[in-house]
Amino acid sequence: MDALLQFLFSGLTVGAVYALVALGFTLIYNASDVVNFAQGEFVMLGGMITVFAYQAGVPLLLAATLAILITAALGVALNKLAIEPARGAPVVSLIIITIGASILIRGATQLIFDKQLHRFPAFSGDDPIRVMGATILPQSLWVLGGALAVFAVLWVFFSRTLTGKAVLATANNRVAAQLVGINTGWIMTLSFGLSAAIGAFAGVLVTPITLVSYDVGVTLALKGFAAAMLGGMGTPKGALVGGLLLGCLEALTAGYLSSQYKEAVAFIVILGTLFVMPQGLFGAKTTERV
Amino acid sequence: MLTVEGVRSCYGRIEVLHGIDLEVRTGEIVTVVGANGAGKTTLLKCLSGTQPISDGTITFCGESFAAVPAHKRLSHGLAQSPEGRQIFTNLSVEENLRLGAFLYADDRVQSDMDDAFAMFPILKEKRNLAAGGLSGGQQQMLAIARALMGRPQCLLLDEPSMGLAPLLVAQIFDVVKSLKARDVTVLLVEQNAFGALKIADRGYVMETGRITIQGHAPDLIADPRIREAYLGI
Ligand SMILES: Nc1ncnc2c1ncn2[C@@H]1O[C@H](COP(=O)(O)OP(=O)(O)OP(=O)(O)O)[C@@H](O)[C@H]1O
Ligand SMILES: [Mg+2]
Repeated sequence: MDALLQFLFSGLTVGAVYALVALGFTLIYNASDVVNFAQGEFVMLGGMITVFAYQAGVPLLLAATLAILITAALGVALNKLAIEPARGAPVVSLIIITIGASILIRGATQLIFDKQLHRFPAFSGDDPIRVMGATILPQSLWVLGGALAVFAVLWVFFSRTLTGKAVLATANNRVAAQLVGINTGWIMTLSFGLSAAIGAFAGVLVTPITLVSYDVGVTLALKGFAAAMLGGMGTPKGALVGGLLLGCLEALTAGYLSSQYKEAVAFIVILGTLFVMPQGLFGAKTTERV
Repeated sequence: MLTVEGVRSCYGRIEVLHGIDLEVRTGEIVTVVGANGAGKTTLLKCLSGTQPISDGTITFCGESFAAVPAHKRLSHGLAQSPEGRQIFTNLSVEENLRLGAFLYADDRVQSDMDDAFAMFPILKEKRNLAAGGLSGGQQQMLAIARALMGRPQCLLLDEPSMGLAPLLVAQIFDVVKSLKARDVTVLLVEQNAFGALKIADRGYVMETGRITIQGHAPDLIADPRIREAYLGI
């Protein structure tokens, strides 16, 4: 029982990060039909930039804010420089462009920074909190709370603001969105910026626990993609549930079977989802757009 | 109000509009009728900016639309209710209407919405339902109402009667006719030539990407060529 709780704590923590990565996938997918495989690099950049700014003497909060802003700017640049000019190309080409971009970002990070593992101090110390026989790191609470806060803010954005509705309208029917006066190009820019910022935020939250190096983005993109598939590509609710579920599945696999099998979970989830319910748990959307 | 001169447009390498000339004057209801595949929808898409033109000019209220992207044309006063309705199926009826007035954030949004509900009471009843769940006729009403929320001076309507039961067709044509009283100029594209010509001031007949006949609507209804080809009389 204690062991189960312990596994769930660690599962929920990584799951929250997967959920944020999946949310990034979702936002860009909705705005442009593109599955952005550079999503994991945004998380990495959030961690790396914070690390180096902090080491250079910038206070942690400011360093984190800088990291998020710089990453958001890079997300916008990715859209402006790589995706927008290729508009009209088949979606597959756009996806390949994002894979290229992720390789580029990784390479550049390795050159500008280094290949080492890094961390910065946890926000509220490293003393574990005891809960019913199990323990949880204060930073895990930051990760979970931060992720939930992001989802809550986004929910308000989509359900209460006209701009949020414009994003939904663009996802639903791009041409009709233009006809009511929505600048769908700008919506795409917004979505890339927002996705990148959310990814970087996840990186800031989780780096004190998992550490960061230039190459952590690949795995994160894969896991986030699996989570998004599981929950249903294109729905924020699916991203949240899919992420947490995948994190828990991994933790339970590592705990009760063997940590060797942990890495296979994401693949099995992707394959299983494709075979059993291609729409995912919450994705009702039939892809009717062309 | 709207002047179209020599407009050509292509899908890939295939040209489907071969130089269209057309004029809509303020306060008119003008209709473009023609058979399946004549290029009517393509013409409207060129006007709203969602389809590029390869030659010719579109002038709206004295201003060239050459450099005006699709999403800015509504703010110039030109709205389109597109073929196939193209409502936001995942959003509620009310959200669809609100988005129709995306450009505005003033008190008139609410009164315009009340107007729309008065025009189509069924939409008020279903205001909180997902628009994708509406029947074809209701979706058409929503598409027209959403376009009107954008406060257009000129409304482009693409086959509003398509796929509707005769009673609904009559109701939709009545609504289009009533737009005159609201100072909305209308360019109506229809396969239902008789219904369209009955409410229009002037009409154009389009055949495989060209305007072949034009004139006052009553004259067109009386024209033997049109009676034979389009009115089935
Ligand atoms: N997206 C497209 N790609 C390629 N060709 C197209 C496309 N849309 C229309 N066409 C072609 O362009 C021509 C004109 O089509 P358009 O839809 O403008 O006709 P229409 O008069 O609106 O017909 P309908 O009454 O059936 O709506 C047709 O030959 C059609 O096959
Ligand atoms: Mg058509």
